[in-house]
Amino acid sequence: MSRRRHSDENDGGQPHKRRRTSEPIEIEDRLESLICRVGEKSTSSLESNLEGLAGVLEADLPNFKNKILRILCAVARLLPEKLTVYTTLVGLLNARNYNFGGEFVEAMIRQLKETLKSNLYTEAVYLVRFLSDLVNCHVIAAPSMVAMFENFVSVTQEEDIPQVRSDWYVFAVLSCLPWVGKELYEKKDVEMDRLLNQIDGYLKRRQKTHVPMLQVWTAEKPHPQEEYLDCLWAQVQKLKKDRWQERHILRPYIAFDSVLCEALQHNLPPFTPPAHSDDAVYPMPRVIFRMFDYTDAPEGPVMPGSHSVERFVIEENLHCIIKSHWRERKTCAAQLLSYPGKNKIPLNYHIVEVIFGELFQLPSPPHIDVMYTALLIELCKLQPGSLPQVLAQATEMMYMRLDTMNTSCIDRFISWFSHHLSNFQFRWSWEDWADCLTVDLDKPKPKFVKEVLEKSMRLSYHQRIVDIVPASFSALIPAEPLFQYKYDDESKSSLPGYPMAITVSNAIKNRASNEELLTILKEVPNPNQEDDDDEGDGFNPLKIDVFLQTLLHLAAKSFSHSFSALAKFHEVLKALTETDEGKLHILKVVYEAWRNHPQMIAVLVDKMIRTQIVDCAAVANWIFSPDMAHDFTRFYMWEILHSTIRKMNKHVQKIQKELEEAKDKLEKQQHKKQKDSGDEEDMEKNNSEDEDGQLEEQIEKLQEKVESAQSEQKNLFLVIFQRFIMLLTEHLVRCETASMDINTCWYKNCIERLQQIFLMHHVTIQQYVGTLENLLFTAELDHHILAVYQQFCALQL
Amino acid sequence: MWTKSQHFKGNRYEQEKLLKQSNTLYVGNLSFYTTEEQVYELFSKSGDVKRIVIGLDKVKKTACGFCFVEYYIRAGAEHAMRFINGTRLDDRIIRTDWDAGFKEGRQYGRGKSGGQVRDEYRQDYDPARGGYGKLAQLQRTTEVPLKF
Repeated sequence: MSRRRHSDENDGGQPHKRRRTSEPIEIEDRLESLICRVGEKSTSSLESNLEGLAGVLEADLPNFKNKILRILCAVARLLPEKLTVYTTLVGLLNARNYNFGGEFVEAMIRQLKETLKSNLYTEAVYLVRFLSDLVNCHVIAAPSMVAMFENFVSVTQEEDIPQVRSDWYVFAVLSCLPWVGKELYEKKDVEMDRLLNQIDGYLKRRQKTHVPMLQVWTAEKPHPQEEYLDCLWAQVQKLKKDRWQERHILRPYIAFDSVLCEALQHNLPPFTPPAHSDDAVYPMPRVIFRMFDYTDAPEGPVMPGSHSVERFVIEENLHCIIKSHWRERKTCAAQLLSYPGKNKIPLNYHIVEVIFGELFQLPSPPHIDVMYTALLIELCKLQPGSLPQVLAQATEMMYMRLDTMNTSCIDRFISWFSHHLSNFQFRWSWEDWADCLTVDLDKPKPKFVKEVLEKSMRLSYHQRIVDIVPASFSALIPAEPLFQYKYDDESKSSLPGYPMAITVSNAIKNRASNEELLTILKEVPNPNQEDDDDEGDGFNPLKIDVFLQTLLHLAAKSFSHSFSALAKFHEVLKALTETDEGKLHILKVVYEAWRNHPQMIAVLVDKMIRTQIVDCAAVANWIFSPDMAHDFTRFYMWEILHSTIRKMNKHVQKIQKELEEAKDKLEKQQHKKQKDSGDEEDMEKNNSEDEDGQLEEQIEKLQEKVESAQSEQKNLFLVIFQRFIMLLTEHLVRCETASMDINTCWYKNCIERLQQIFLMHHVTIQQYVGTLENLLFTAELDHHILAVYQQFCALQL
Repeated sequence: MWTKSQHFKGNRYEQEKLLKQSNTLYVGNLSFYTTEEQVYELFSKSGDVKRIVIGLDKVKKTACGFCFVEYYIRAGAEHAMRFINGTRLDDRIIRTDWDAGFKEGRQYGRGKSGGQVRDEYRQDYDPARGGYGKLAQLQRTTEVPLKF
């Protein structure tokens, strides 16, 4: 929520409207500021601040009622970590002005309907929770809240709805109970028991096929990765057993009890959950990430148990703080560290756990990965004596459990850790991880260290990495990222392409044109050809090899040099890669030349896709080709594949957008014509008809473009899935015939990479589910592979 | 709180408009040894990078401690301003700023000696940025006699 600052700077030359006697606007800004700031650090107590603010707002109600309503509705939605501060404020206002209380409740209900319609389900939960806490503030009558909850839970009886729909309504009810369970049970225990029984029945019969796909670790120990509704249910059950005694939530309204209980309450209007529609996008199911328990914080306050309601409330509030402040890392860190009630909990552990929980969340983190790195660095700055140690402890724990960590999460762990280290001079006690040297390099621990060192090298340089690790780690140090020129000296003169390579090299150095080079290259013999190819224009791997090796060698100095080279000789490259074989071969050559510099391979592949020298399917085929099998489990390969898929997706979106814009333009034009018809001269009529015709033609072209792009996109996914199925089936069959355990490191990696494709691109893949089911993921498929597809389908069922 | 960059052609209003639409960042306080590859790796974390232009000493044509990073979409630059600005690259805290857009010629330092202006006058010793500032270097060579 923006805090507007008063800045009446009027820079010379700017066409600003100067603010006139803008008293009302200034007062509105002041009100917004006062309301947003209440509850923050202050010399006065929270109670006296709330009391004072309630007085101010009451006085301003006659003139600014609507503005105040809007601000309060906004803070309910956008500042959920201060929920009870604002419910208390509303309670005080209601006590002073019953009508205002009623209008606020109505406004909240309207806002709730809107957020549900707009698929803003997280914010909708905050609104429902706010309403439920208003029961504690005597603004809303308990029975009407129970009635709303009953309507929510009755969604579980609806037929033919996605499970994620009823999931949300159940979650909304359960997540309010830490705040209002006690009050509701005191007033309506029979109804509440019935409600909970219904929920219990629902939870028992709902399917949980999706869970394995969302778990960060596959092992149950030391902490099970519970499905979020199961965990919350256990927490609510425990709360109920404790007779709804909840001591963690800050409740300012308790201090005002004598005032509030005099207030008249309102009944919530009957609320019918909006019906399901096809454009509804319900939140994905989640798994609760846990990495710490009470044994981990060595001294100080004890961490609340995994099924305690305190744990739920703390985690919710910390998630809310991150959601509110993620754009400003300094503020976010400060807000996290000033969590109210922090002295009673091991706050640093909770913060670290919540942050990693978000970073490792599947399908994807709520916010961009790099934010979490920056946030953790800020936190280390603010708590240099304690937070770094907790972070080190967490890192150590995650290292120890790499064997069962989901590959997508390992990717993020690698990226985070290397980036974090680069901010702290790569200081780490590598010797503590010497156990990774005693096992095969393809095992998770040495693999992890290898990838971390590779990523660390990208942020620094090769010698740095050699310097930071003990000598015993030398096998894990990445290769020096140097170009491997095939035709580098006379010892290679026996290679078939050698003489040509020299010619090409000289030609390029002498600034030959594309045409000239193509002419030169015509002379390259074709090893694939037995007869004469009349034009010499067919696929010639040696031509590609000679040209590209030489070109890239000359341009090896930097990325910019290589990009310039690709741009300058685009014509030649396009000519060489007209065929699919050509496209595949150019990728092979790039790999061969730059195999020690995966980062360079990635940026070159990116450029070649963007300049249409290769297409996305070629890249996919290259990644799955037998030639690349030895690098199949390396992180860089998957970075390239996912980047390729993303480019394809963005391309489709871009053209779709162009089409939509053209359609809108046509509509507007026709609409305008209707309005103006009769006023126009004949000449103008003809012109506008021409314009329409042009637009219609453009739209038709764009439509074709969209269809072609979508077809390419579908084909890309088909290729990828087909290749996965082939590889995995081969492995499973081989293991079966040899009576071997299928669960090799390679298999775990491969099957989780397949999962990752589904997870990272689930929105796009959803469109092609029909084709996938008919062509690829049929019942005949090995059940191990089919299970992944079924888990994906279960994500939005 | 921004000042019009000294050499911008156009008035303040135009510059502000360009900055608000820009996909390009200026990155300062780099080590002279920081490579394009390192910049790519770091700045790719906030979005797909379209192009990097390493700042050069006008005379020596070697890196002189700044660069431009251009993203395909503005959100990439915004995230970099939020999460990469003020963190370290090559052990140095780097600073990012909105830039109106790279134009040929802007890749050169504008200091008298060919590097950046800030390296002309600074008094501290920074081994990653050529040692002492240029003026301080001159002063040193005139003051301190050779001992061997």
